Amino acid sequence: MYSASDLKKGLKIEIDGDPCMITNFEFSKPGKGQALYRCKIKNLVTGNTFDKTYRSVEKIKRCALLSRDFTFSYLDGGNYVFSDNATYEEASLTDELLGDLKNFIVDDMQVEILFHNDRALDITLPNFVEMVIAETEPGARGDTATNVMKPAKLENGYEINVPIFINEGDTIRIDTRTGTYADRVSKG
Amino acid sequence: MDFDSIVLRDALMRRIRAFFYECGFTEVETPLRIETPCLELHIDAEPSGDHFLRTSPEMFHKQLLAAGHEKIFEVGKCFRQGEFGPLHHPEYTMLEWYRANADYMDMLEETTALVARVWPEASTSWRVLAVSDAFREFAGWDPAGSYDADRFDIDLVEKVEPALKELGGPVVLIDYPIEAAALARRKPDHPLVAERWELYIDGIELANAYSELTDPVEQRRRFEECADQRKALGKEVYPIDEGFLQALARMPPSGGVALGVDRLLMLAAGENSLDAMIPFRSPAGR
Repeated sequence: MYSASDLKKGLKIEIDGDPCMITNFEFSKPGKGQALYRCKIKNLVTGNTFDKTYRSVEKIKRCALLSRDFTFSYLDGGNYVFSDNATYEEASLTDELLGDLKNFIVDDMQVEILFHNDRALDITLPNFVEMVIAETEPGARGDTATNVMKPAKLENGYEINVPIFINEGDTIRIDTRTGTYADRVSKG
Repeated sequence: MDFDSIVLRDALMRRIRAFFYECGFTEVETPLRIETPCLELHIDAEPSGDHFLRTSPEMFHKQLLAAGHEKIFEVGKCFRQGEFGPLHHPEYTMLEWYRANADYMDMLEETTALVARVWPEASTSWRVLAVSDAFREFAGWDPAGSYDADRFDIDLVEKVEPALKELGGPVVLIDYPIEAAALARRKPDHPLVAERWELYIDGIELANAYSELTDPVEQRRRFEECADQRKALGKEVYPIDEGFLQALARMPPSGGVALGVDRLLMLAAGENSLDAMIPFRSPAGR
């Protein structure tokens, strides 16, 4: 357990069974009154934020978060199934939890999954992923400008802007943190 | 930061001293290392060898009043364990002054004059708001007569203080519930409250004042009650300062104010944290 005086910005705590993070913290002590610890807290499962004031006598539950290495295995309906590199245990993540990242998951991809107890909270992909262009207007021959962009579609249907010289069948590298084109790996 | 807090502090201190000298006050020095700190429920003293560092010069000032000094002031460091935040520092500069044969309303008048003198740009429109009225309006209940310490502290911080910030300028919360009187005397015509006020400027608590309690029997009773409460909270219980209680019997009716100099400096500089105001303050704190 934490004491209220241990609280600080960035600390992860457990409230009603949910992992939460303190996003803002202020020490307050009015007049002759008791020390109060005013926190803005984010629920790491729902993403909701709320205010909570702790008194110095209160105890706060610690939150044990664990990160493990996984390999993408297969798609099961809307769920993405990964297998633990050490134990081969499977973890199934919903597309809701993955958000936009689901567009960049490829076979055998190495990922890191963050767990609270047995509940997956977050996933980290490699910074770059290579994917093939399925559909795009042909670019003008010899035009190698990288600042003129056009829409393209990946094999999975995800739409992305690419430089004008990229053609169907080209393999490109995508920055998974921003979801944008990084560079060309090879021509199709 | 486009100001030099060292120079600002020097200018502020010169004006503060000038004000008190002109008003005929004696500047006093009292011990920093003391044998026993004043018993207050939520103020913890830093140990210093077999002594403590003072949390306030109050006990000595009252002994000086009892000895016949009628107008005294002191500016000096006070120390409070575990207090660190944008508006707190465990070592801070306190201005404390007392007048014999005065009460908290006299002290309010003097405080208004002091602020106008040392911070000429400050707003001169002061609001005086009874604690009961402020709580009824901003928190929906009256703590006088139905005091609940936890509810009082939390509502003060979450509801009342933000409302005072919203009002802006100087606001004086006056007549605290008797349970939160600390060392203030009971208001003669209103036994549920004590003659205590706190000055807020732009929602920042700046000064605390009392019509001082001069009844040693009542003071001992409050100390003993406080000792019991501290014990229940697992806090260190400081021995009662018998010299202080003896002096209290000889002390004239008096008013006293304690004002946080670092916060005054912060407000005058237009800052919202003590970070830039306290020399050599480490941002990580502690």
